[in-house]
Amino acid sequence: MELTTVWFILIAILWTGYFVLEGFDFGVGMLLPVLGRAHGDRALAERRRRVLINTIGPVWDGNEVWVITAGGATFAAFPEWYATMFSAFYLPLLLILVALIVRGVAFEYRGTRDDPKWRRRWDACIVIGSVVPAFLWGVAFGNIVHGLKIRPKPLPNGPLEYVGSFWDLLNPYSVLAGVTMVLLFLTHGAIFLTLKTTGEVRDHARAVASKAGLLAALFAVAFFAFTFSYRSTGASIVLSVAAVAAFAASLSLIVVRKGQRPGTRKEGWAFAGTAAAIALTVVSLFVALWPNVFPSSLLPEWSLTAQNASSTPYTLKIMTWVAVVFTPLVLLYQGWTYWVFRKRIGVEHIPDGAH
Amino acid sequence: MDALDWARWQFGITTVYHFLFVPITIGLSFLVAGFQTAWVRAEKRGDPHAVRWLKLTKFYGKLFLINFAMGVVTGIVQEFQFGMNWSAYSRFVGDIFGAPLAIEALLAFFLESTFLGLWIFGWDKLPRKIHLACIWIAAFGTALSAYFILAANSFMQNPVGFKLNPETGRAELTDFGAVLTNKVTLVTFPHTLAGCFLTGGALVAGVALWHVMRKRPTGDADKDADRRAYRSALKVGGWTVLVATAALFVTGDTQGKIMTEVQPMKMAAAEALYETAQPAPFSLFTIGTLDGSEPIYSIEIPGLLSFLGTGSFDGQVQGINDLQAEYEQKFGPGSYTPIIPVTYWTFRLMITFGAIAGLFALWALWATRRGRTPRTRWLRWAGLSLPLLPLAANSVGWIFTEMGRQPWIVFSQLKTAQGVSPTVGVSEVITSLTVFTALYGVLAIVEVGLLLKYAKAGVPDVTPPPERPDKTDQPLAFAY
Repeated sequence: MELTTVWFILIAILWTGYFVLEGFDFGVGMLLPVLGRAHGDRALAERRRRVLINTIGPVWDGNEVWVITAGGATFAAFPEWYATMFSAFYLPLLLILVALIVRGVAFEYRGTRDDPKWRRRWDACIVIGSVVPAFLWGVAFGNIVHGLKIRPKPLPNGPLEYVGSFWDLLNPYSVLAGVTMVLLFLTHGAIFLTLKTTGEVRDHARAVASKAGLLAALFAVAFFAFTFSYRSTGASIVLSVAAVAAFAASLSLIVVRKGQRPGTRKEGWAFAGTAAAIALTVVSLFVALWPNVFPSSLLPEWSLTAQNASSTPYTLKIMTWVAVVFTPLVLLYQGWTYWVFRKRIGVEHIPDGAH
Repeated sequence: MDALDWARWQFGITTVYHFLFVPITIGLSFLVAGFQTAWVRAEKRGDPHAVRWLKLTKFYGKLFLINFAMGVVTGIVQEFQFGMNWSAYSRFVGDIFGAPLAIEALLAFFLESTFLGLWIFGWDKLPRKIHLACIWIAAFGTALSAYFILAANSFMQNPVGFKLNPETGRAELTDFGAVLTNKVTLVTFPHTLAGCFLTGGALVAGVALWHVMRKRPTGDADKDADRRAYRSALKVGGWTVLVATAALFVTGDTQGKIMTEVQPMKMAAAEALYETAQPAPFSLFTIGTLDGSEPIYSIEIPGLLSFLGTGSFDGQVQGINDLQAEYEQKFGPGSYTPIIPVTYWTFRLMITFGAIAGLFALWALWATRRGRTPRTRWLRWAGLSLPLLPLAANSVGWIFTEMGRQPWIVFSQLKTAQGVSPTVGVSEVITSLTVFTALYGVLAIVEVGLLLKYAKAGVPDVTPPPERPDKTDQPLAFAY
């Protein structure tokens, strides 16, 4: 296989890993105000929030590194793509950066002062910091799939640059992609919580997962329908259908009759289902894109492709070795973290006075 | 000002800001790992005072985490910024520069974030030795990350292992080994790492000194344990600063020689040396304009610059005017001279701040020798300024390194003006610069407030975690 193909696949894997992993911690962040309530019982609400945050506490930072690696790998393997994409998405990326900054700081700082007002502010940062990147990554991918105003600048032989404006990035399709992404992550996070918590938080998370899941399914179907009209191949359609099927299967395991509670096994499978659905969605988009990486809507010949955007074979060869040796290692120790912190958490585990 | 100037200001502000946290993270991670190791070993020996090391681990660990959060979030900006603001640069160097950056993320960032998560939440979940290994692995990760990012930066100072492709106009990698063993990398890495230890050690020593001078022996057993802890921390921190200062001078000296060789203009600019001189004096201080005219007042040490640059007291050091003429011949018309007052003063301030930090640490160690408790108010001020001095030295050091390379973004290959994103407008850059500056300002206030709060609060009361975690595997509880 050509190394440019290998790297196209590796970048797709990095984004898939990012959305599957950070997807649920974004979801948990968004659900903080929903599941962190307790009908006026402030102390209980505090404990519930602490439970929610502790389910992702040890892992969110590691999850975020996936996007840093995706960015770095794009820089190394496809410098033209990196240069054009990051300057094209200037303002969205600025917003994403701001959101990730306040979110990261919020996790670490909210517990450093015993002051409800202080915590409320950081909680707001966590919510904003989870919704905004989820939405904007969706917008960004929507735009990539849709194609952007890219042309050589200066004509005729300059580098392929984005010549549209910020407002061109906000079109109905990309906004639909953004909302779909938010809803998918919300469901993914809620199902993660059914698997990681106990008691009422768990029940409530399941109820939310069912509702958000149905909405997410509707949006996902609409999103795929639009996607097919812009860019699709036989394989990408099959993958999209599989994504919807995995999502539906996941929901069917979570939605149960009143008074019943699905066992851990079912919740585990449901989580695997949303993880698979997100992974298949990302993969289907990359498959639909191939061999483009940043397609032009002005003229197909002006698209950035895995070929014309790539590094030299020598750089790709070195990077391939590094990736082949170290990616499995990363998966191994990250997997181990999840194993170490595999137990469910409930409000009864939060010591008195913790905040 | 055009988009280029704004983009440069943004890069300068965000990078200097980011690099306030990085050296604390690197230095402190190793020191905290050291404290925890001391605790595990003292406990095993049956040392009755073992708990002081655990107290120090938790105390400085907390300061470390408050700082680490800022380092992480401001670091993401760095990686995105190359593409956002410097897309033409990214195109030009991507084949070479991207690789160390990607490797840094894959090798170092994953290690740091994952094992730090395990360390923060794993006190009661992991066997003692494995938990200890986690902080060491995280510390190792931070140092690894420094290496790769410095390899990338060194390519900009002294491009090696590449050839220019005239067809694409890009630099293409020909020898990755040469990039990783760039002689600038090999000397910058130990120099930077020594700067990190200076920073970490100064923070540990400064905070400890403040507590040592504050706490009176009371006879209360708990308070005495705390006092003992602060004294140990002062010793560890103070000695770290001393060793780091020595290492900084040694590595800095080597760096000066390599710089004279690969970037003579930077060395001449550091000295405001306009005319080639043999031997060349080192100017300690100048009152005047530094524009090549006769200064009003200046203190010089004869021959020292020759020694710094060439290793011999009567070696020849090239002056700015000769180099300017030479570069015009080689690269065409234009200015190849950095802003001299900036390079001249940042170079001096870097050395001064670092040296004062070393002297203050020496003073603190001397004043507290053999159980003495000093009372001088001056020492208290020295202690308070101790953590700040290395931060200032790091900042001006990097400003010197980067400003001294101008007008080049990649020395001798690409000018900074050619590296900026052609499609990003002034309004966009002003927006991002404003947003980052405002956000960073607010976060700085929050961060400093928290550091002061926890530094003042002193070492916490601790209960040693179980030797082996509970068999029943208690669930994850509150951990931050």
